[in-house]
Amino acid sequence: MSTTPSTSNPTPETGTARVKRGMAEQLKGGVIMDVVNAEQAKIAEDAGAVAVMALERVPADIRKDGGVARMSDPNMIEEIIEAVSIPVMAKSRIGHFVEAQVLQSLGVDYIDESEVLTPADEVNHSDKFAFTTPFVCGATNLGEALRRIAEGAAMIRSKGEAGTGNVVEAVRHLRQIKNEIAKLRGYDNNELYAAAKELRAPYELVKETAELGKLPVVLFSAGGVATPADAALMRQLGAEGVFVGSGIFKSGDPAKRAAAIVKATTFYDDPKIIADASRNLGEAMVGINCDTLPETERYANRGW
Amino acid sequence: MTTPVVGVLALQGDVREHLIALASADALARPVRRPEELAEVDGLVIPGGESTTISKLATLFGVMEPLRARVRGGMPVYGTCAGMIMLADKILDPRSGQETVGGIDMIVRRNAFGRQNESFEAAVDVKGVEGAPVEGVFIRAPWVESVGAQAEVLAEHEGHIVAVRQGNALATSFHPELTGDHRVHALFVEMARGNPRAGSL
Repeated sequence: MSTTPSTSNPTPETGTARVKRGMAEQLKGGVIMDVVNAEQAKIAEDAGAVAVMALERVPADIRKDGGVARMSDPNMIEEIIEAVSIPVMAKSRIGHFVEAQVLQSLGVDYIDESEVLTPADEVNHSDKFAFTTPFVCGATNLGEALRRIAEGAAMIRSKGEAGTGNVVEAVRHLRQIKNEIAKLRGYDNNELYAAAKELRAPYELVKETAELGKLPVVLFSAGGVATPADAALMRQLGAEGVFVGSGIFKSGDPAKRAAAIVKATTFYDDPKIIADASRNLGEAMVGINCDTLPETERYANRGW
Repeated sequence: MTTPVVGVLALQGDVREHLIALASADALARPVRRPEELAEVDGLVIPGGESTTISKLATLFGVMEPLRARVRGGMPVYGTCAGMIMLADKILDPRSGQETVGGIDMIVRRNAFGRQNESFEAAVDVKGVEGAPVEGVFIRAPWVESVGAQAEVLAEHEGHIVAVRQGNALATSFHPELTGDHRVHALFVEMARGNPRAGSL
Protein backbone atom coordinates (compact mmCIF):
# COMPACT_ATOMS: atom_id res chain seq x y z
CA MET A 1 0.00 0.00 0.00
CA SER A 2 1.57 3.27 -1.10
CA THR A 3 1.41 6.25 1.23
CA THR A 4 3.04 8.62 -1.25
CA PRO A 5 0.41 10.79 -2.90
CA SER A 6 0.72 10.38 -6.65
CA THR A 7 0.89 14.09 -7.42
CA SER A 8 2.66 13.60 -10.71
CA ASN A 9 0.41 10.81 -11.89
CA PRO A 10 -3.30 11.53 -11.51
CA THR A 11 -4.23 8.60 -13.77
CA PRO A 12 -6.92 6.54 -12.08
CA GLU A 13 -5.85 3.03 -11.12
CA THR A 14 -8.38 0.16 -10.95
CA GLY A 15 -8.14 -3.22 -9.23
CA THR A 16 -5.75 -2.11 -6.47
CA ALA A 17 -5.62 -3.97 -3.16
CA ARG A 18 -7.15 -0.94 -1.47
CA VAL A 19 -10.06 -0.81 -3.89
CA LYS A 20 -10.67 -4.58 -3.63
CA ARG A 21 -10.37 -4.86 0.14
CA GLY A 22 -12.09 -1.49 0.59
CA MET A 23 -15.14 -2.81 -1.24
CA ALA A 24 -15.50 -5.53 1.43
CA GLU A 25 -15.14 -2.89 4.17
CA GLN A 26 -18.28 -1.25 2.78
CA LEU A 27 -20.24 -4.49 3.28
CA LYS A 28 -19.45 -4.75 6.99
CA GLY A 29 -22.32 -5.05 9.43
CA GLY A 30 -24.45 -6.32 6.59
CA VAL A 31 -26.10 -9.45 5.24
CA ILE A 32 -25.31 -10.99 1.84
CA MET A 33 -28.11 -13.22 0.57
CA ASP A 34 -28.18 -16.11 -1.91
CA VAL A 35 -30.75 -15.52 -4.67
CA VAL A 36 -31.64 -17.60 -7.72
CA ASN A 37 -33.60 -15.05 -9.78
CA ALA A 38 -34.36 -11.34 -10.17
CA GLU A 39 -37.51 -11.56 -8.08
CA GLN A 40 -35.62 -12.96 -5.08
CA ALA A 41 -32.88 -10.38 -5.60
CA LYS A 42 -35.44 -7.59 -5.27
CA ILE A 43 -36.89 -9.15 -2.12
CA ALA A 44 -33.36 -9.29 -0.68
CA GLU A 45 -32.64 -5.67 -1.60
CA ASP A 46 -35.95 -4.49 -0.13
CA ALA A 47 -35.16 -6.37 3.08
CA GLY A 48 -31.89 -4.41 3.43
CA ALA A 49 -29.30 -6.88 2.08
CA VAL A 50 -25.93 -5.21 1.36
CA ALA A 51 -25.31 -7.54 -1.58
CA VAL A 52 -26.73 -10.63 -3.24
CA MET A 53 -25.04 -13.84 -4.34
CA ALA A 54 -26.44 -14.89 -7.70
CA LEU A 55 -26.57 -18.65 -8.17
CA GLU A 56 -28.76 -21.20 -9.95
CA ARG A 57 -29.44 -23.40 -6.96
CA VAL A 58 -29.05 -22.61 -3.28
CA PRO A 59 -26.73 -25.02 -1.42
CA ALA A 60 -29.64 -26.97 0.08
CA ASP A 61 -30.79 -27.85 -3.45
CA ILE A 62 -27.25 -28.61 -4.63
CA ARG A 63 -27.09 -31.15 -1.79
CA LYS A 64 -30.45 -32.64 -2.71
CA ASP A 65 -29.80 -32.82 -6.46
CA GLY A 66 -26.22 -34.09 -6.31
CA GLY A 67 -24.11 -34.14 -9.49
CA VAL A 68 -21.58 -31.50 -10.54
CA ALA A 69 -22.39 -27.95 -9.43
CA ARG A 70 -21.00 -25.25 -11.75
CA MET A 71 -20.99 -21.49 -12.35
CA SER A 72 -24.48 -20.09 -13.03
CA ASP A 73 -25.97 -19.18 -16.42
CA PRO A 74 -24.70 -15.71 -17.50
CA ASN A 75 -28.26 -14.73 -18.48
CA MET A 76 -29.52 -15.33 -14.98
CA ILE A 77 -26.60 -13.37 -13.46
CA GLU A 78 -27.22 -10.45 -15.84
CA GLU A 79 -30.93 -10.39 -15.00
CA ILE A 80 -30.04 -10.06 -11.34
CA ILE A 81 -27.47 -7.33 -12.06
CA GLU A 82 -30.21 -5.46 -13.94
CA ALA A 83 -32.78 -5.94 -11.19
CA VAL A 84 -30.94 -4.45 -8.21
CA SER A 85 -28.61 -1.54 -7.41
CA ILE A 86 -26.74 -3.31 -4.59
CA PRO A 87 -23.55 -5.26 -5.42
CA VAL A 88 -23.95 -8.66 -7.07
CA MET A 89 -21.60 -11.54 -6.31
CA ALA A 90 -21.37 -14.89 -8.10
CA LYS A 91 -19.59 -18.19 -7.51
CA SER A 92 -16.85 -19.89 -9.50
CA ARG A 93 -15.59 -23.40 -8.82
CA ILE A 94 -12.34 -23.69 -6.87
CA GLY A 95 -9.46 -23.41 -9.35
CA HIS A 96 -11.77 -22.75 -12.32
CA PHE A 97 -10.18 -19.47 -13.38
CA VAL A 98 -12.08 -19.45 -16.68
CA GLU A 99 -15.41 -19.36 -14.85
CA ALA A 100 -13.91 -16.46 -12.87
CA GLN A 101 -12.89 -14.74 -16.14
CA VAL A 102 -16.45 -15.11 -17.39
CA LEU A 103 -17.88 -13.68 -14.17
CA GLN A 104 -15.49 -10.72 -14.39
CA SER A 105 -16.58 -10.07 -17.98
CA LEU A 106 -20.22 -10.04 -16.86
CA GLY A 107 -19.38 -7.24 -14.42
CA VAL A 108 -20.13 -8.99 -11.12
CA ASP A 109 -18.84 -7.02 -8.14
CA TYR A 110 -17.26 -9.91 -6.24
CA ILE A 111 -16.35 -13.50 -7.13
CA ASP A 112 -16.79 -16.23 -4.53
CA GLU A 113 -14.35 -19.05 -5.26
CA SER A 114 -16.61 -21.48 -3.51
CA GLU A 115 -16.47 -24.97 -2.07
CA VAL A 116 -20.25 -25.14 -2.52
CA LEU A 117 -19.60 -25.78 -6.22
CA THR A 118 -17.71 -28.88 -7.28
CA PRO A 119 -13.95 -28.12 -7.28
CA ALA A 120 -12.34 -27.97 -10.75
CA ASP A 121 -8.76 -28.38 -9.52
CA GLU A 122 -7.67 -30.56 -6.63
CA VAL A 123 -4.31 -28.81 -6.17
CA ASN A 124 -4.62 -25.15 -7.10
CA HIS A 125 -6.96 -22.32 -6.31
CA SER A 126 -7.29 -19.51 -8.88
CA ASP A 127 -4.65 -16.76 -9.00
CA LYS A 128 -6.82 -13.93 -7.76
CA PHE A 129 -4.25 -11.21 -8.43
CA ALA A 130 -4.87 -11.77 -12.15
CA PHE A 131 -8.33 -10.18 -11.82
CA THR A 132 -9.73 -6.67 -11.42
CA THR A 133 -12.82 -8.13 -9.73
CA PRO A 134 -12.14 -8.91 -6.06
CA PHE A 135 -12.52 -12.42 -4.61
CA VAL A 136 -13.99 -13.78 -1.41
CA CYS A 137 -12.91 -17.27 -0.30
CA GLY A 138 -13.96 -19.68 2.41
CA ALA A 139 -11.71 -20.86 5.23
CA THR A 140 -11.97 -23.27 8.15
CA ASN A 141 -8.86 -22.04 9.97
CA LEU A 142 -6.27 -19.25 9.99
CA GLY A 143 -3.71 -20.99 7.77
CA GLU A 144 -6.31 -21.57 5.08
CA ALA A 145 -7.50 -17.94 5.33
CA LEU A 146 -3.96 -16.60 4.96
CA ARG A 147 -3.20 -18.91 2.03
CA ARG A 148 -6.25 -17.53 0.23
CA ILE A 149 -5.17 -13.96 1.01
CA ALA A 150 -1.69 -14.82 -0.31
CA GLU A 151 -3.38 -15.85 -3.58
CA GLY A 152 -5.14 -12.47 -3.71
CA ALA A 153 -8.44 -12.95 -1.85
CA ALA A 154 -9.74 -9.56 -0.66
CA MET A 155 -12.30 -10.97 1.78
CA ILE A 156 -12.62 -14.18 3.82
CA ARG A 157 -15.69 -16.02 5.04
CA SER A 158 -15.99 -19.04 7.27
CA LYS A 159 -16.98 -22.09 5.25
CA GLY A 160 -19.43 -23.45 7.73
CA GLU A 161 -21.46 -26.27 6.19
CA ALA A 162 -23.59 -24.69 3.49
CA GLY A 163 -27.11 -25.89 2.83
CA THR A 164 -27.59 -27.53 6.23
CA GLY A 165 -29.33 -24.76 8.18
CA ASN A 166 -26.98 -25.80 10.97
CA VAL A 167 -24.67 -23.15 12.34
CA VAL A 168 -22.35 -25.51 14.23
CA GLU A 169 -19.60 -25.66 11.59
CA ALA A 170 -19.57 -21.88 11.05
CA VAL A 171 -19.14 -21.45 14.80
CA ARG A 172 -16.30 -23.98 14.79
CA HIS A 173 -14.48 -22.23 11.90
CA LEU A 174 -14.89 -18.73 13.28
CA ARG A 175 -13.73 -19.76 16.75
CA GLN A 176 -10.78 -21.58 15.21
CA ILE A 177 -9.69 -18.49 13.24
CA LYS A 178 -10.18 -16.18 16.24
CA ASN A 179 -8.31 -18.50 18.62
CA GLU A 180 -5.40 -18.89 16.26
CA ILE A 181 -5.13 -15.09 15.87
CA ALA A 182 -5.24 -14.67 19.66
CA LYS A 183 -2.41 -17.20 19.95
CA LEU A 184 -0.33 -15.28 17.38
CA ARG A 185 -0.78 -12.12 19.42
CA GLY A 186 1.07 -13.79 22.27
CA TYR A 187 4.08 -14.81 20.18
CA ASP A 188 7.31 -12.83 20.02
CA ASN A 189 9.13 -12.20 16.74
CA ASN A 190 11.23 -15.36 17.03
CA GLU A 191 8.15 -17.53 17.32
CA LEU A 192 6.34 -16.02 14.34
CA TYR A 193 8.65 -17.76 11.84
CA ALA A 194 7.78 -21.17 13.24
CA ALA A 195 4.12 -20.16 13.43
CA ALA A 196 4.18 -19.30 9.71
CA LYS A 197 5.65 -22.70 8.95
CA GLU A 198 3.02 -24.42 11.05
CA LEU A 199 0.21 -22.40 9.49
CA ARG A 200 1.66 -23.05 6.01
CA ALA A 201 1.19 -19.35 5.27
CA PRO A 202 3.59 -16.56 4.19
CA TYR A 203 5.53 -15.06 7.11
CA GLU A 204 4.65 -11.46 6.10
CA LEU A 205 0.91 -12.19 6.34
CA VAL A 206 1.33 -14.03 9.65
CA LYS A 207 3.26 -11.07 11.08
CA GLU A 208 0.70 -8.57 9.77
CA THR A 209 -2.14 -10.59 11.32
CA ALA A 210 -0.30 -10.81 14.66
CA GLU A 211 0.20 -7.03 14.68
CA LEU A 212 -3.37 -6.20 13.65
CA GLY A 213 -4.99 -8.75 15.93
CA LYS A 214 -7.34 -9.52 13.05
CA LEU A 215 -7.15 -10.74 9.46
CA PRO A 216 -5.76 -8.12 7.04
CA VAL A 217 -9.07 -8.37 5.14
CA VAL A 218 -12.73 -8.38 6.16
CA LEU A 219 -14.01 -11.59 7.77
CA PHE A 220 -17.64 -12.68 7.30
CA SER A 221 -19.42 -15.79 8.45
CA ALA A 222 -21.11 -18.22 6.08
CA GLY A 223 -22.58 -21.70 6.05
CA GLY A 224 -25.63 -22.65 8.09
CA VAL A 225 -27.10 -19.33 9.29
CA ALA A 226 -30.90 -19.74 9.36
CA THR A 227 -32.27 -17.42 12.08
CA PRO A 228 -31.76 -13.85 13.37
CA ALA A 229 -30.14 -15.30 16.50
CA ASP A 230 -27.72 -17.34 14.34
CA ALA A 231 -26.63 -14.15 12.57
CA ALA A 232 -26.19 -12.28 15.86
CA LEU A 233 -24.23 -15.21 17.29
CA MET A 234 -21.77 -15.08 14.41
CA ARG A 235 -21.32 -11.35 14.90
CA GLN A 236 -20.77 -11.72 18.63
CA LEU A 237 -18.14 -14.34 17.81
CA GLY A 238 -16.32 -11.74 15.70
CA ALA A 239 -17.72 -12.02 12.17
CA GLU A 240 -17.96 -8.58 10.56
CA GLY A 241 -21.10 -9.59 8.65
CA VAL A 242 -22.93 -12.70 7.46
CA PHE A 243 -23.76 -14.60 4.31
CA VAL A 244 -27.14 -16.32 4.36
CA GLY A 245 -27.56 -19.00 1.72
CA SER A 246 -30.46 -21.41 1.81
CA GLY A 247 -31.71 -20.02 5.14
CA ILE A 248 -33.89 -17.30 3.62
CA PHE A 249 -35.51 -18.58 0.45
CA LYS A 250 -35.94 -22.12 1.85
CA SER A 251 -38.01 -20.73 4.73
CA GLY A 252 -41.75 -20.08 5.06
CA ASP A 253 -41.70 -16.27 4.71
CA PRO A 254 -38.50 -15.16 2.95
CA ALA A 255 -39.16 -11.37 2.92
CA LYS A 256 -39.90 -11.29 6.63
CA ARG A 257 -37.02 -13.58 7.59
CA ALA A 258 -34.59 -11.61 5.42
CA ALA A 259 -35.53 -8.31 7.09
CA ALA A 260 -35.33 -9.93 10.53
CA ILE A 261 -31.82 -11.26 9.90
CA VAL A 262 -30.72 -7.79 8.71
CA LYS A 263 -32.00 -6.21 11.95
CA ALA A 264 -30.35 -8.83 14.14
CA THR A 265 -27.05 -8.44 12.29
CA THR A 266 -26.94 -4.68 13.01
CA PHE A 267 -28.16 -4.97 16.63
CA TYR A 268 -26.31 -8.24 17.29
CA ASP A 269 -25.62 -7.24 20.89
CA ASP A 270 -29.19 -6.23 21.79
CA PRO A 271 -31.22 -9.31 22.83
CA LYS A 272 -34.49 -7.33 22.92
CA ILE A 273 -34.19 -6.34 19.27
CA ILE A 274 -33.14 -9.90 18.34
CA ALA A 275 -36.18 -11.23 20.23
CA ASP A 276 -38.51 -8.87 18.38
CA ALA A 277 -36.91 -9.79 15.06
CA SER A 278 -37.40 -13.49 15.86
CA ARG A 279 -41.17 -13.30 16.40
CA ASN A 280 -43.61 -15.02 14.01
CA LEU A 281 -41.16 -15.69 11.22
CA GLY A 282 -42.95 -18.82 10.12
CA GLU A 283 -41.08 -22.00 9.40
CA ALA A 284 -37.28 -22.00 9.28
CA MET A 285 -35.58 -24.20 6.72
CA VAL A 286 -35.36 -27.83 7.73
CA GLY A 287 -31.89 -28.44 9.11
CA ILE A 288 -29.42 -31.27 8.69
CA ASN A 289 -27.34 -32.61 11.55
CA CYS A 290 -23.75 -32.21 10.45
CA ASP A 291 -22.50 -35.24 12.38
CA THR A 292 -24.69 -37.51 10.26
CA LEU A 293 -23.25 -36.05 7.03
CA PRO A 294 -20.85 -38.49 5.34
CA GLU A 295 -17.33 -37.07 4.86
CA THR A 296 -17.82 -36.98 1.09
CA GLU A 297 -20.81 -34.67 1.44
CA ARG A 298 -18.99 -32.13 3.62
CA TYR A 299 -18.31 -29.09 1.46
CA ALA A 300 -15.95 -27.63 4.08
CA ASN A 301 -13.45 -30.39 3.22
CA ARG A 302 -13.13 -28.96 -0.29
CA GLY A 303 -10.20 -26.57 -0.72
CA TRP A 304 -7.07 -26.63 1.39
CA MET B 1 -9.40 23.45 23.89
CA THR B 2 -12.27 20.99 24.17
CA THR B 3 -12.13 17.62 22.46
CA PRO B 4 -15.26 17.20 20.35
CA VAL B 5 -17.28 14.00 20.61
CA VAL B 6 -17.81 12.73 17.07
CA GLY B 7 -20.09 9.82 16.35
CA VAL B 8 -20.08 7.40 13.43
CA LEU B 9 -23.49 6.15 12.31
CA ALA B 10 -22.98 2.44 12.95
CA LEU B 11 -25.95 0.80 11.26
CA GLN B 12 -23.82 -0.68 8.48
CA GLY B 13 -20.60 0.12 6.65
CA ASP B 14 -16.94 0.87 7.32
CA VAL B 15 -17.53 2.22 10.82
CA ARG B 16 -14.28 0.96 12.33
CA GLU B 17 -12.10 2.80 9.80
CA HIS B 18 -13.89 6.09 10.50
CA LEU B 19 -13.55 5.63 14.27
CA ILE B 20 -9.80 5.11 13.85
CA ALA B 21 -9.44 8.12 11.51
CA LEU B 22 -11.43 10.38 13.87
CA ALA B 23 -9.43 9.26 16.90
CA SER B 24 -6.17 10.06 15.12
CA ALA B 25 -7.64 13.47 14.22
CA ASP B 26 -8.07 14.16 17.96
CA ALA B 27 -11.78 13.55 18.39
CA LEU B 28 -13.51 11.34 20.92
CA ALA B 29 -14.98 8.88 18.46
CA ARG B 30 -17.90 6.58 19.21
CA PRO B 31 -20.42 4.49 17.30
CA VAL B 32 -24.04 5.74 17.11
CA ARG B 33 -26.97 3.40 16.44
CA ARG B 34 -29.75 4.83 18.63
CA PRO B 35 -31.46 8.24 18.98
CA GLU B 36 -30.16 8.62 22.55
CA GLU B 37 -26.59 8.04 21.35
CA LEU B 38 -27.07 10.65 18.63
CA ALA B 39 -28.05 13.21 21.26
CA GLU B 40 -24.62 12.86 22.89
CA VAL B 41 -22.37 13.78 19.97
CA ASP B 42 -21.07 17.14 18.65
CA GLY B 43 -20.78 15.86 15.12
CA LEU B 44 -21.55 12.74 13.10
CA VAL B 45 -19.93 10.79 10.27
CA ILE B 46 -22.18 8.78 7.97
CA PRO B 47 -19.82 6.09 6.67
CA GLY B 48 -19.49 4.26 3.41
CA GLY B 49 -21.71 1.23 3.02
CA GLU B 50 -24.89 0.46 1.12
CA SER B 51 -27.06 3.57 1.05
CA THR B 52 -30.27 1.53 0.63
CA THR B 53 -29.45 -0.56 3.71
CA ILE B 54 -28.38 2.40 5.87
CA SER B 55 -31.49 4.37 4.86
CA LYS B 56 -33.81 1.47 5.72
CA LEU B 57 -32.23 0.77 9.08
CA ALA B 58 -32.18 4.48 10.02
CA THR B 59 -35.90 4.75 9.36
CA LEU B 60 -36.72 1.42 11.01
CA PHE B 61 -34.88 2.17 14.23
CA GLY B 62 -36.04 5.76 14.61
CA VAL B 63 -32.74 7.50 13.87
CA MET B 64 -33.78 9.20 10.62
CA GLU B 65 -36.00 11.94 12.07
CA PRO B 66 -33.73 12.91 15.02
CA LEU B 67 -30.81 12.95 12.60
CA ARG B 68 -32.64 15.26 10.20
CA ALA B 69 -33.48 17.54 13.14
CA ARG B 70 -29.84 17.66 14.29
CA VAL B 71 -28.58 18.39 10.77
CA ARG B 72 -31.19 21.13 10.32
CA GLY B 73 -30.09 22.49 13.70
CA GLY B 74 -26.53 22.85 12.40
CA MET B 75 -24.77 19.77 13.78
CA PRO B 76 -21.57 19.15 11.77
CA VAL B 77 -22.00 16.07 9.63
CA TYR B 78 -19.67 14.33 7.16
CA GLY B 79 -20.72 11.66 4.68
CA THR B 80 -18.41 9.43 2.60
CA CYS B 81 -19.77 7.58 -0.47
CA ALA B 82 -23.07 6.14 0.84
CA GLY B 83 -22.89 8.92 3.45
CA MET B 84 -22.71 11.49 0.65
CA ILE B 85 -25.87 10.01 -0.83
CA MET B 86 -27.55 10.25 2.60
CA LEU B 87 -26.70 13.96 2.81
CA ALA B 88 -28.07 14.83 -0.62
CA ASP B 89 -31.36 16.71 -0.75
CA LYS B 90 -32.07 14.72 -3.90
CA ILE B 91 -30.98 11.39 -5.39
CA LEU B 92 -31.18 11.17 -9.16
CA ASP B 93 -32.10 7.48 -9.29
CA PRO B 94 -33.38 6.40 -5.86
CA ARG B 95 -34.62 2.88 -5.13
CA SER B 96 -38.29 2.91 -4.30
CA GLY B 97 -38.76 4.39 -0.85
CA GLN B 98 -35.09 5.29 -0.42
CA GLU B 99 -34.97 8.29 1.90
CA THR B 100 -32.10 10.63 2.66
CA VAL B 101 -31.22 12.80 5.63
CA GLY B 102 -30.55 15.75 3.35
CA GLY B 103 -28.62 18.84 4.38
CA ILE B 104 -26.76 19.65 1.19
CA ASP B 105 -28.55 21.20 -1.76
CA MET B 106 -27.21 18.78 -4.38
CA ILE B 107 -28.36 16.06 -6.73
CA VAL B 108 -26.35 12.84 -6.43
CA ARG B 109 -26.08 10.00 -8.93
CA ARG B 110 -25.53 6.64 -7.23
CA ASN B 111 -22.78 4.30 -8.52
CA ALA B 112 -22.04 7.00 -11.13
CA PHE B 113 -18.41 5.92 -11.58
CA GLY B 114 -19.56 2.37 -12.35
CA ARG B 115 -19.51 -1.07 -10.79
CA GLN B 116 -16.69 -2.61 -8.74
CA ASN B 117 -14.52 -3.34 -11.81
CA GLU B 118 -14.43 0.41 -12.49
CA SER B 119 -13.62 1.31 -8.86
CA PHE B 120 -10.32 3.21 -8.74
CA GLU B 121 -7.77 5.26 -6.86
CA ALA B 122 -6.76 8.75 -7.97
CA ALA B 123 -5.16 11.83 -6.46
CA VAL B 124 -7.73 14.53 -5.65
CA ASP B 125 -7.11 18.18 -4.82
CA VAL B 126 -9.51 19.12 -2.02
CA LYS B 127 -10.10 22.77 -1.23
CA GLY B 128 -9.37 23.43 2.44
CA VAL B 129 -6.92 20.52 2.72
CA GLU B 130 -3.36 21.86 2.76
CA GLY B 131 -0.43 20.19 1.03
CA ALA B 132 -0.35 17.32 -1.42
CA PRO B 133 -3.55 16.01 -3.02
CA VAL B 134 -5.65 13.52 -1.07
CA GLU B 135 -5.48 9.86 -2.12
CA GLY B 136 -9.00 9.29 -3.37
CA VAL B 137 -10.33 5.74 -3.08
CA PHE B 138 -13.53 5.53 -5.16
CA ILE B 139 -15.60 2.36 -4.68
CA ARG B 140 -18.78 2.03 -6.77
CA ALA B 141 -18.75 5.72 -6.03
CA PRO B 142 -21.44 8.35 -6.57
CA TRP B 143 -20.81 11.76 -8.05
CA VAL B 144 -22.66 15.04 -7.68
CA GLU B 145 -24.63 16.05 -10.77
CA SER B 146 -25.29 19.61 -9.62
CA VAL B 147 -25.22 21.80 -6.51
CA GLY B 148 -27.39 24.67 -5.34
CA ALA B 149 -26.22 28.22 -4.63
CA GLN B 150 -25.45 27.51 -0.94
CA ALA B 151 -23.22 24.52 -1.61
CA GLU B 152 -19.51 24.91 -2.29
CA VAL B 153 -17.68 22.47 -4.57
CA LEU B 154 -14.44 21.36 -2.86
CA ALA B 155 -13.14 18.86 -5.42
CA GLU B 156 -13.68 17.45 -8.87
CA HIS B 157 -12.40 14.38 -10.65
CA GLU B 158 -12.42 14.33 -14.45
CA GLY B 159 -15.06 17.03 -14.54
CA HIS B 160 -17.34 15.42 -11.94
CA ILE B 161 -17.99 16.92 -8.52
CA VAL B 162 -16.66 14.59 -5.79
CA ALA B 163 -16.52 16.78 -2.67
CA VAL B 164 -19.01 19.38 -1.43
CA ARG B 165 -19.53 21.52 1.65
CA GLN B 166 -22.62 23.44 2.67
CA GLY B 167 -22.38 25.13 6.07
CA ASN B 168 -21.60 22.38 8.56
CA ALA B 169 -22.28 19.54 6.16
CA LEU B 170 -19.39 17.92 4.28
CA ALA B 171 -19.55 15.11 1.71
CA THR B 172 -17.02 13.18 -0.39
CA SER B 173 -17.54 10.51 -3.07
CA PHE B 174 -14.31 8.86 -1.95
CA HIS B 175 -13.11 7.18 1.25
CA PRO B 176 -10.33 9.02 3.13
CA GLU B 177 -10.93 6.55 5.99
CA LEU B 178 -9.38 3.76 3.89
CA THR B 179 -6.06 5.60 3.59
CA GLY B 180 -3.60 6.51 6.32
CA ASP B 181 -4.15 10.20 5.49
CA HIS B 182 -6.54 11.76 8.01
CA ARG B 183 -6.49 15.37 6.78
CA VAL B 184 -10.11 15.37 5.61
CA HIS B 185 -11.18 13.95 8.98
CA ALA B 186 -9.07 16.64 10.71
CA LEU B 187 -10.95 19.28 8.70
CA PHE B 188 -14.23 17.78 9.87
CA VAL B 189 -13.13 17.48 13.50
CA GLU B 190 -12.32 21.21 13.40
CA MET B 191 -15.87 21.86 12.17
CA ALA B 192 -17.20 19.83 15.12
CA ARG B 193 -14.88 21.59 17.56
CA GLY B 194 -16.33 24.93 16.49
CA ASN B 195 -19.91 23.72 17.04
CA PRO B 196 -20.26 21.93 20.38
CA ARG B 197 -23.76 20.67 21.07
CA ALA B 198 -26.00 22.78 23.29
CA GLY B 199 -25.34 22.26 26.97
CA SER B 200 -21.90 20.71 26.56
CA LEU B 201 -20.00 23.87 27.48
